[in-house]
Amino acid sequence: MKFIRRQFRRIGREVLVIPGRAIAFIFLIALFFVPLAIRDPYVLKVLTFMNIFVIYAASWNVLGGFTGQFCMGQGAFFGLAAYTSAIMNLRLGLPVWASIPCGAVVSILAGMLIAVPSLRLRGIYFSLVSLAFPIILIGLVYVFSGVTGGEMGISGVDVLARHSIVVYFIVVTAMVLCVLAMWKLTDPTTKVFRLGVVLLAIQEDEISARCLGVNTIKYKLLAFGISAFFAGLAGGLYVHVLRIAGPSTLNLMFSFNPIIWTAFGGMGTIAGSVVGVYLLYPVMELLRFIPQLRMLIFAGIIIFVILLMPEGLVHWVRDKLEENCPRCKLINASLRRDCWACGAPLHINIKQRPEVT
Amino acid sequence: MFPIILIKGAMTGAVYASLAVGFSLVFGVARIINLAHTAFFMLAAFAIYAMVMIYHWPPLAAVGVMLIGISFLAIAVYLLFLDRVRENEGAVILVTVALAIIFQETMLLLFESTFRAVDPFVRGTTQLFGVTVLRQELLIFGVTVACLIAVLLFLYKTRLGLSLRVTAQDRETANLMGINVKWVCLVSVVVAVALAAVAGAVVSPTLTVEPYMWSHPLVMMFAAVILGGLGSLKGSFIGAFILGYTEVLVVFLVPAGSFIKGPVAMLIMVIILLVRPEGLFGVAFEEERL
Repeated sequence: MKFIRRQFRRIGREVLVIPGRAIAFIFLIALFFVPLAIRDPYVLKVLTFMNIFVIYAASWNVLGGFTGQFCMGQGAFFGLAAYTSAIMNLRLGLPVWASIPCGAVVSILAGMLIAVPSLRLRGIYFSLVSLAFPIILIGLVYVFSGVTGGEMGISGVDVLARHSIVVYFIVVTAMVLCVLAMWKLTDPTTKVFRLGVVLLAIQEDEISARCLGVNTIKYKLLAFGISAFFAGLAGGLYVHVLRIAGPSTLNLMFSFNPIIWTAFGGMGTIAGSVVGVYLLYPVMELLRFIPQLRMLIFAGIIIFVILLMPEGLVHWVRDKLEENCPRCKLINASLRRDCWACGAPLHINIKQRPEVT
Repeated sequence: MFPIILIKGAMTGAVYASLAVGFSLVFGVARIINLAHTAFFMLAAFAIYAMVMIYHWPPLAAVGVMLIGISFLAIAVYLLFLDRVRENEGAVILVTVALAIIFQETMLLLFESTFRAVDPFVRGTTQLFGVTVLRQELLIFGVTVACLIAVLLFLYKTRLGLSLRVTAQDRETANLMGINVKWVCLVSVVVAVALAAVAGAVVSPTLTVEPYMWSHPLVMMFAAVILGGLGSLKGSFIGAFILGYTEVLVVFLVPAGSFIKGPVAMLIMVIILLVRPEGLFGVAFEEERL
């Protein structure tokens, strides 16, 4: 009881006073009440896929946004896990709760394999090489078409749950847990793990990080493992919602999508991926009403956003909404006049010094 | 069997070489990863289709008009988009992908997604080493190799070419020596796009012209450029021929080979990079040289 009361007080003190966190909190609660308001099965399906892609985009962010390994082949993890879960489920008869983790584990192994060239290559070389892996996997799909179904893919995979609302709740819960896990793992201010700080350091300057005694190889492998694991989970969920694993999960656009979503939302924050997917994916679905112009408008949005907000939407909005207290360095809403914690005035007018002539 | 592979491989390799050398040039000079590079190739093929097949222009005039038009397009793209995001590699990749999508969708709107064919510029066949070769294919080989030689002469014999090479070596010092780096980058982009456009124009009679035709050459060009070492023209040239021959070998010798020609090229690239991380002719500490 006391614990719960303390948690409530924490929400009041640390969440609701900061605009960014308050929005995220309200959003989180709203997610669980959406099926009450929306009964349309198509919209519910779109929302379900959206949540899966949130995991996928966030997993790219761990690798691309934090570690600076601009991976253009994230689809390799997703597609490999999708195929693995489908094969495990259909050919070996594993239930859904076993086949998704199987896919994620295989995806981690693939991540370790992809990490091998990444340890030797740097910067743009790695991103161009990582593009190769989904394409190689497509080749494998065609070569072993007896197992993978070739161009037709594998269909008839078990669905997560019979009712689409239950599917939605499972996926939302998985999304919330995965995003929380990734946020906590990569949070640079946390005192528990050093992971977030180290990953950002590797992104900024790998050689300096190594000079400071950081085992960069270990941390890079860790980042690859985490990223591959969550991308694999997303792939497994995707296949059990869509019920088909096809080569489309490995094509070029599928690897570029998480990059586009994350760049739109903001690199280097897990919130960025979440915001990116939740804003861009519905827009893409709405654009299905004008199918000829769909991709054209999408590409236009990408260019517009990158030219206008190169840091991403989250950073741009947060700069407008929040401000750090000059005394205690806590985050404040920029509308406030005084800091909510220490009462120091936030906007001090520094009188202009007389110009030295 | 052997001579036909030799000849077809040379044709394919020459086309990939003209794409890869341009891409490599832009990367070396302007540090731009231009994923829309082969989209210009696609645009050129469509322009030729429109002018030759719909308006019945002579091919030579069509190529000339297309080159002028596409150069202006390249200038516009560079000044409007690429120049602003040049410093940020991720942003460059996204913007160029978006540009490629825009080109593809515009062509889809204008021409719809039916497969189209262009009549060959020169008709008939020739016997070469006992193999019947289309004259158009000889034209492709001749024109692309001539263009590559012209670009090499431009790079190594003119003052502008010298400033391009200098900028590729050290951007800041070049700037200090009074070279207008932005202008030089623009020139490199235009030269590269023109190379790709010429290749697209002469290749268009042997391919089906459709809005998605840029993705396979993009993959092969990538593999060729990285295989040879990013930023090294010689490397890109040799890489392109290696991959051209590989593609032809795979298509001829492996059953259902045209499905896996892209994957095989990528596999070769990864294997070579595992042995030599900087590519065949790349500079070892490329990333230190920014």
